[in-house]
Amino acid sequence: MGPVKRYFRSPAAVLGLVLLLIVIGMALSAGYFYPRDPLALAGRPLIWPFANPRFLLGTDNSGRDIAAQIFHGARISLLIGGVATLIAVTIGVMVGALAGFYGGWIDNVLMRITEAFQTLPNFVLLLVLVAVFGSTLTTVTIAVGIVAWPAPARLTRAEFLSLRSREFVQAGRTLGMRDTQLMLREILPNALPPVIVYAGVVMAVAILLESALAFLRLSDANVASWGNLIGLGRDVLRVQWYVSAIPGVAILITVLAVSLVGQGLNDALNPRLKQR
Amino acid sequence: MSSSEPILTVDRLSVRLPPGADRTHAITEVSLSVAENELVCIVGESGSGKSMLANTIMRLLPESVTTDGGRMLFGGRDLCTATAAEMRRIRGADIAMVFQEPMTALNPLRTIGDQIGEVLDIHTDLSKADIRSRVQSLLSDVNIPDPLRAAKAYPHELSGGQRQRAMIAMALALDPKLLIADEPTTALDVTTQAQILKLIRELQQRRKTAVLFITHDFGVVAEIADRVVVMQHGVVVEHGPAKQVLRNPQHPYTRQLIAAVPPVAAPLPRKLSDETILALSGITKTYRTGGFLGRGARVTHAVRDVSLTLPKGATLGIVGESGSGKSTLARCIIRLLDPDAGSILIDGQDWARLSRGEIRGRTRQMQMVFQDPFASLNPRRKAAELVAQGPIIHGTPRHQALAEARELFELVGLDPSAADRFPHEFSGGQRQRIGLARALALKPAVLVADEPVSALDVSVQAQVLRLLTDLRERLGLSIIFITHDLRVAAQICDLVAVMKDGVVVEHGLTGDVFGRPQHPYTQALLEAIPGGDFARTAQN
Repeated sequence: MGPVKRYFRSPAAVLGLVLLLIVIGMALSAGYFYPRDPLALAGRPLIWPFANPRFLLGTDNSGRDIAAQIFHGARISLLIGGVATLIAVTIGVMVGALAGFYGGWIDNVLMRITEAFQTLPNFVLLLVLVAVFGSTLTTVTIAVGIVAWPAPARLTRAEFLSLRSREFVQAGRTLGMRDTQLMLREILPNALPPVIVYAGVVMAVAILLESALAFLRLSDANVASWGNLIGLGRDVLRVQWYVSAIPGVAILITVLAVSLVGQGLNDALNPRLKQR
Repeated sequence: MSSSEPILTVDRLSVRLPPGADRTHAITEVSLSVAENELVCIVGESGSGKSMLANTIMRLLPESVTTDGGRMLFGGRDLCTATAAEMRRIRGADIAMVFQEPMTALNPLRTIGDQIGEVLDIHTDLSKADIRSRVQSLLSDVNIPDPLRAAKAYPHELSGGQRQRAMIAMALALDPKLLIADEPTTALDVTTQAQILKLIRELQQRRKTAVLFITHDFGVVAEIADRVVVMQHGVVVEHGPAKQVLRNPQHPYTRQLIAAVPPVAAPLPRKLSDETILALSGITKTYRTGGFLGRGARVTHAVRDVSLTLPKGATLGIVGESGSGKSTLARCIIRLLDPDAGSILIDGQDWARLSRGEIRGRTRQMQMVFQDPFASLNPRRKAAELVAQGPIIHGTPRHQALAEARELFELVGLDPSAADRFPHEFSGGQRQRIGLARALALKPAVLVADEPVSALDVSVQAQVLRLLTDLRERLGLSIIFITHDLRVAAQICDLVAVMKDGVVVEHGLTGDVFGRPQHPYTQALLEAIPGGDFARTAQN
């Protein structure tokens, strides 16, 4: 049974994939369904969902189409989530691999740096970075990536620590492999599955962090992101709660989808779980 | 003995496995009986269903596995139909069990005395003081040195043999009618194994307990069994009095198992070359742990001043018990570890002085086969890739290396069409062949084999050893063979070196060392081989 078949045996993984495909579909089709600028005024403010067939999900407090913002926001959320995760996992895997493989003073130095990052509350660090470097889409994405790398680093280090003394790694050494070959070709493929699963969590956290920034109106206000919409809805939360709730549900579904896919990937990629 | 009433009668017992397993039944129509004061050995290789049988008698099966016909009569009651509450009263009090690995069977957070006392506390009304004195007498019964201190010790503070003694004391706490011992000596060193076997035999005779002893080793059977039950694929293929089965086995599988117990005497000495291919002199490796700035540091001399030579085309066995430093020595030779002192001369080149980079270029000279066939192959690579890896690193084009890998598959007795499978799709013996092919792919002059057969079933062990001997002849290999099993060493080695606490205490031609051992430790090791007398007499 191939990994693909194994993936599709799990209903939760399939559900996650379907949800994720829907979100990706929204992101891709945003330009087709809502070709106009999603941040342009479209009609009367605060129309309830389903009240006007032109605005299926209603309008926000400045009269912008919520459905258009949800579709375009999917792009922003996936972009920030994806790129930030890539940054975090890349830094994390490099730091963790070096620390775990070599140990000794390299491990000590790298882990103390990691701990320095971990002792700072994520969100405070993020606020500082955004305050210093400004809040454009690029800086926010990089900032989220920088905030999220310590956990993947620790995870990778733990895997490397346990794998580096395994006999197959020693066998690779006796065959004459270089350290980089041992790290990249022998250990890394075996160390990756938990990191891949965790990348799902990192992506979810990245999306949530961006939303939280936007809720405080510290994210890039010139793009239609779900977080920005929640932040706007804050002013009318008690009566027109849907303005915040609709992007909130969108975030919830995306985060859930990413986590389920991550878990499903782990089960499918690990050939040792075949017999279960 | 056979005249007395059976304590346990198993009658046409079958145990069904969940769908998707490699066979429908773990055990098929097994019948056997154990009488009072009788020690019955169940022998079989992994997958024979022997441990499953023990767990069935204790009714400790996983939920997906169910009994499927048959009866287990114990004290006039059928254990198959006993309720969970009845079984709880029977377990421990009437039937007790000793497991293979005492470290995992004991609770690490509680003292030995506490854990033995708990059994008495649950099943009897004894007072605290009575329990304490019972624990003391039990511990002295199993010959634990200093029972007072042992009762207060935690499991990790005892040696493996002492832990197993404590497990036996716990099992015997309530004077059970039947003791089931599931490979109780497999995890132990050979000298400790001999002591534990003697202890079980003595206790059994003194207390007239019925013992069901599960093992894979016919040497152990020869040592202690009254009667033998041989199992294969969940079926009893032969049973009878131990002497009769050992002297005159009927079933081909039994014959094969007995033949796989090698004689302890060395084979006829071969003519050894005068040319030395590998010369070790003064190899020393010391570990320092803990301690700040040298205070309170613990120094372990893993290998101390070892000097040995390996003639071209010969096999040098390094034997010793766990902790003797033999694996450390192997890893120093191949430079997985850096020796603190000494030289390793191959072809006039001192490997001990080479840098890591220089070693990388010279790995064609010396290769290693590892102990654990599960851990020594990267689970994410296909078999052919694993074998081709070495030559590819050293510059052989990929397609050529893969083609050569397929030829090597044939050389080590594997089907070349299996080359595209992942390691977990092979059995233990097949995996060890892949490991061997991987080492041979670089066409080394010297092969260092670290316990290459100790994780394998005896019959598979024999096959792999034959393969090694055969390859040695055909490829002109010189082999350093690390093992804890003197029977294995006797089978394949031209020369042996006996190690104890990091020092070579005796070395020389295998026939000399095993035939006329000089050092007391070598004598003790040879004495401790289970079924030694049987193996020695069987060859005559």
